[in-house]
Amino acid sequence: MTATSGRGMNGAYGPMLRKEDARFIRGKGTFVDDIHLPGMLHGAILRSPLAHARIVSIDVAAAEAHPKVKAVITGRLLEGRKLAWMPTLSHDVQAVLATDKVRFQGQEVAFVVAEDRYSARDALELINVEYERLPVVIDATKALDHGAPVIRDDVAGKQDNHIFDWAAGDKAATDAVFAAADVVVAQDMLYPRSHPAPLETCGTVADMDTVSGKLTVWSTSQAPHAHRTLYALVAALPEHKIRIVSPDIGGGFGNKVPIYPGYLCAVIGSILTGRPVKWVEDRSENLMSTSFARDYHMHGEIAATREGRILGLRATVLADHGAFNGSAQPSKFPAGFFHIFTGSYDLQAAHCQVTGVYTNKAPGGVAYACSFRVTEAVYLVERLVDVLALELEADPAELRMKNLLRPEQFPYTTPTGWEYDSGNYAHTLQVALDLAGYADLRREQQEKRVRGELMGIGISFFTEGVGAGPRKHMDILGMGMADGADLRVHPTGTAVLGISCQTQGQGHETTFAQIVAQELGISPDDVEVVHGDTDRTPFGLGTYGSRSTPVSGAAAAVVARKVRERARIVAAAMLEASPDDLEWDNGRWQVRGDPEQGRTIAEIAMAAHSALELPEGIEGHLDAEAVYNPPNLTYPYGAYICVADVDPGTGQVALRRFIAVDDCGVRINPMIVEGQIHGGLADGVGMALMQVIAFDEDGNCLGGSFMDYLLPTSMECPSWELGETVTPCPHHPIGAKGVGESATVGSPAAVVNAVIDALKPFGVRHADMPLTPANVWCAIQGHPLRTDLAIP
Amino acid sequence: MQITVNVNGAEYTREVEARLLLIHFLRDELRLTGSHWGCDTSNCGACVVWLDDTPVKSCTVLTAMADGHEVRTVEDLERDGVLDPIQQGFAECHGLQCGFCTPGMMLTARWLLDRVPDPSTEEIREALSGQICRCTGYENIVRSVRWAAEHADADQRLDHDSGEDGSNQAEHDGGPG
Amino acid sequence: MQVPAYVEYEKATSVEHALALLARFGPEARILAGGHSLIPMMKLRIAQPETLIDINGLSELSYIKVTDGELRIGAMTRHAQLLDSAVAGKHFAILHDAEKVIADPIVRNWGTVGGSLCQADPSEDLSATFAALKATMVIQDPAGSRTVPAREFHTGPYETVVAPGELLTEIRIAIRPGGGSSYEKVGRRVGDWPVGAAGAAIWLAGATIAEAGVGLTAVGAQHFSAAEAEEFLRGAPATEASFARAGEIAAEHCRPSSDQRGPADYKRHLAQELTVRALRKALRRARPQDA
Repeated sequence: MTATSGRGMNGAYGPMLRKEDARFIRGKGTFVDDIHLPGMLHGAILRSPLAHARIVSIDVAAAEAHPKVKAVITGRLLEGRKLAWMPTLSHDVQAVLATDKVRFQGQEVAFVVAEDRYSARDALELINVEYERLPVVIDATKALDHGAPVIRDDVAGKQDNHIFDWAAGDKAATDAVFAAADVVVAQDMLYPRSHPAPLETCGTVADMDTVSGKLTVWSTSQAPHAHRTLYALVAALPEHKIRIVSPDIGGGFGNKVPIYPGYLCAVIGSILTGRPVKWVEDRSENLMSTSFARDYHMHGEIAATREGRILGLRATVLADHGAFNGSAQPSKFPAGFFHIFTGSYDLQAAHCQVTGVYTNKAPGGVAYACSFRVTEAVYLVERLVDVLALELEADPAELRMKNLLRPEQFPYTTPTGWEYDSGNYAHTLQVALDLAGYADLRREQQEKRVRGELMGIGISFFTEGVGAGPRKHMDILGMGMADGADLRVHPTGTAVLGISCQTQGQGHETTFAQIVAQELGISPDDVEVVHGDTDRTPFGLGTYGSRSTPVSGAAAAVVARKVRERARIVAAAMLEASPDDLEWDNGRWQVRGDPEQGRTIAEIAMAAHSALELPEGIEGHLDAEAVYNPPNLTYPYGAYICVADVDPGTGQVALRRFIAVDDCGVRINPMIVEGQIHGGLADGVGMALMQVIAFDEDGNCLGGSFMDYLLPTSMECPSWELGETVTPCPHHPIGAKGVGESATVGSPAAVVNAVIDALKPFGVRHADMPLTPANVWCAIQGHPLRTDLAIP
Repeated sequence: MQITVNVNGAEYTREVEARLLLIHFLRDELRLTGSHWGCDTSNCGACVVWLDDTPVKSCTVLTAMADGHEVRTVEDLERDGVLDPIQQGFAECHGLQCGFCTPGMMLTARWLLDRVPDPSTEEIREALSGQICRCTGYENIVRSVRWAAEHADADQRLDHDSGEDGSNQAEHDGGPG
Repeated sequence: MQVPAYVEYEKATSVEHALALLARFGPEARILAGGHSLIPMMKLRIAQPETLIDINGLSELSYIKVTDGELRIGAMTRHAQLLDSAVAGKHFAILHDAEKVIADPIVRNWGTVGGSLCQADPSEDLSATFAALKATMVIQDPAGSRTVPAREFHTGPYETVVAPGELLTEIRIAIRPGGGSSYEKVGRRVGDWPVGAAGAAIWLAGATIAEAGVGLTAVGAQHFSAAEAEEFLRGAPATEASFARAGEIAAEHCRPSSDQRGPADYKRHLAQELTVRALRKALRRARPQDA
């Protein structure tokens, strides 16, 4: 059984087995909590039990007296070093350790450093904090009410809980379209607060070498270079003396993009004690304090002709950002890419308006494979299309077919300014319908309805926007979103590729080797991919937003082509020919018309390091580097169909089938692409049916453990049925678009549409996620639940 | 208190607090970091190991309870450089992505296959229903277990290991450099 | 991951030894069986016993057997063992129905029947199961043992009649002919505590219900049972109409609370719906020849 076993391989592209598996199947991965350093101490965080309270006093004397405690850090100590607050990724500030107030349940108040994790935990109970409760703001729809408690009184002059207003599209044109339309359908819908919950929680081992001044930080970071720059700016440490290492990471999903207070406290703890400090959060900390996702209260309207031609879309959104604006998205887009909400359809006009507010909840918002709010946008439009279908008594598949963008319209500029690269949408939808046996399903549904059995079919057709992004338009905290790659080819012809993005399970060690192998005609086994260590890799903005293949993958292809071009020049010297007389064939530069006269990359590499007289422009090796500034996003898309059966007596939903046809352009490793899709589809099941971070009226987090924040298991997930279409990206060096988040983006609407379709006999038009048995039953009774608050 | 636990065939005698959870004993005391932890409420199953031939959630077992008993972890699946078919199956069928849930999944699957050599996909899903994966959507995990069932006599190495021990570029136990 | 507070530890070598340790260490000592109820609470520091008395070595409490016309289950029987037990399933299918939906397969390997009952969580499935079966608990103390009907075992949420110096050792269920039983549970997901669940056991005399047991979980039913519904069923014909009425009565007399699993009116509806379904299935099992 060989890695490149020839099955379905197209050059180096194909379902190659993963190189990284070797260590994981043996339990030999290195995750942050696996790291043990000599003298290492352990940190633990004391967190606020209250959602909004003034801090009257903090007494740490008893904790400091614990025989195994080495340091106790409070906000006051940090204040003295100007470290009590840190910048967020949204140009706000966030408390590292609370000083004046606590603003969400779970907020960090003190950091204990002790000999072992059990003592650190014990010492937390020896810290005495006196709080004075304050009224809370939990219901986002009330955050801007007159007289609402002001959460961010740390901001000079702040009198309310308003963060931003943002709009896109042509309001006047949209209003005109709506005014003239035959049919206008409106629907409120909540995309509830969710959480990425990677199986490995967030953590750090910080090691300040007090002699050399070098700080090494092993961290669960999806963006190690960005973190390095941020630590330098925030902690006033010289950046060339900071090394961030993202070792193996047990899932990221956007949860591991920000810098969390715990990381910074571990760094400070190491500086104070002169010893390495490990801080790894427990699961409740992860759920209650790290970057949540979604929490968009949306009002959507769709305008159409009576025949089902969609004319326009408009939306107003209330975005709950929690107590600090810490969402991670390109800085010009406070609502991320939400304005891609026109979806996959040919419209005349659209307009959206988003208002961001503070509430007494954890900060975040952009996470969990959202592609910067594309999850929210796709959910809105795909639910609206189904609500329109209900109104028009139209078939949801036919309605979509009638309105999908056509191939000849690409590249297509949407009413809100996105330039979609390529697409053959109707074809992809048809493939999905055929795979599903759509007509048979509708027949079966009819028969079941006569017998009072509830069966639903839900469709979701999505267009993603990923691969951020052109640095002119897209930066995070001022760092442009271009990514680098460097490639070294050793004398014996094997190669090392350094990339700036890194993997949390996506298989980069394999797929990036395949990219280089394809370009250089060598085996992927001969390409070592180095990632995650800022001392060894070029600068880049990291892995999230499905950007690895579109941006870093492009950089890898570009740098490999640079190397190949250098090799051409050296080969010409070796063959005593002109470079223009050489052609590339199957891993060799050879003389056109005389293929016997050729050299492989390995031969050329050896020659480049030898005594061969090298031509102009080649200094002694083939090595090259590149920074890829993408000209545009890429736009993968797909058609998903979900079949659900609902028990009317209990409200339980069983997912019978899920068909997913994705088009992500060229697929480097189809096996890995499918794995990414499988994972995202499970996210849709979870969000649609069971996941939510809700709060009670006092601001207590009701989703603070895996007993309450439910994740789908092998029992709730059907056996995914995948299909594919391939429409290459015209502007990407290898025509690939990226796929990491597509399934998470597209699937929730398919599941919800299926359940609502099942409930059609009861006249149900909409119910919010999660569609738990209780919620479904309540919807049948005519009063679906409000899912972001405690059930009354 | 002093305890003696047999882990992967070797006896370890240590002085521990009664409250020390078995997962921490394995990871922090014995440095067998192949078993992981991912929650506080015994839900996720990243910590599954065998205790006397039975898969248990080692985050919910005190080390003291394992005193005088046998524990088997993922590190024991490979014997004399030969991978267990379940390990091969996971590699063949892309049953892992980030690798964090994988040790627990493989140990439960191994236990299932020892008792039910030819399980249906329903039986596999049921056996794994107490363990969470965030990456794979479970489909390829099920296929991996089926592969192991169908290749029970497989004793080949994965060729592209090239005999390496699977170390990666990040240091396991050491400092910088 | 969260970790427990400091605790002392003793390993019991016999039932007598366990009782002696309980006496010695007093009310701040807790019995450690499978630990899958207690240890999670200790990790969250909701429970902070001073001493743990580990009874996992008491193999004499791990058995499932038929003696003197009763199915007898030792308190240290693991959930997985009860689920796997052919003799238990043959006499009382409800035991398998319930065990199949308790927690998950891995937790069931180590958690025990006795441990779950003594934890007495209002959402714990075996309480209603044994209530439906009109089981009897055997509780031992240094002086001897006493029996308590399952319905008198619980005195409130997380409270049982097992006193600090006592140990639950056995659960007994009388085996009578003509019976069928089943358990129906609704959860938000596999492994979740129930939103609501009902267990039913009926014994027939011809076409009439001679005896009935209805247990309810997580809906605030007194003693995990629907006594009024049972009263109605006793002597009633074994028909759909009887079951429907029994469901209504069961729903009337429970007191569910709203929580994130669902609002009270939904849980009350489940009490009704699941009682009917459990009775239907119990009847099919009592009369397999009619199925």
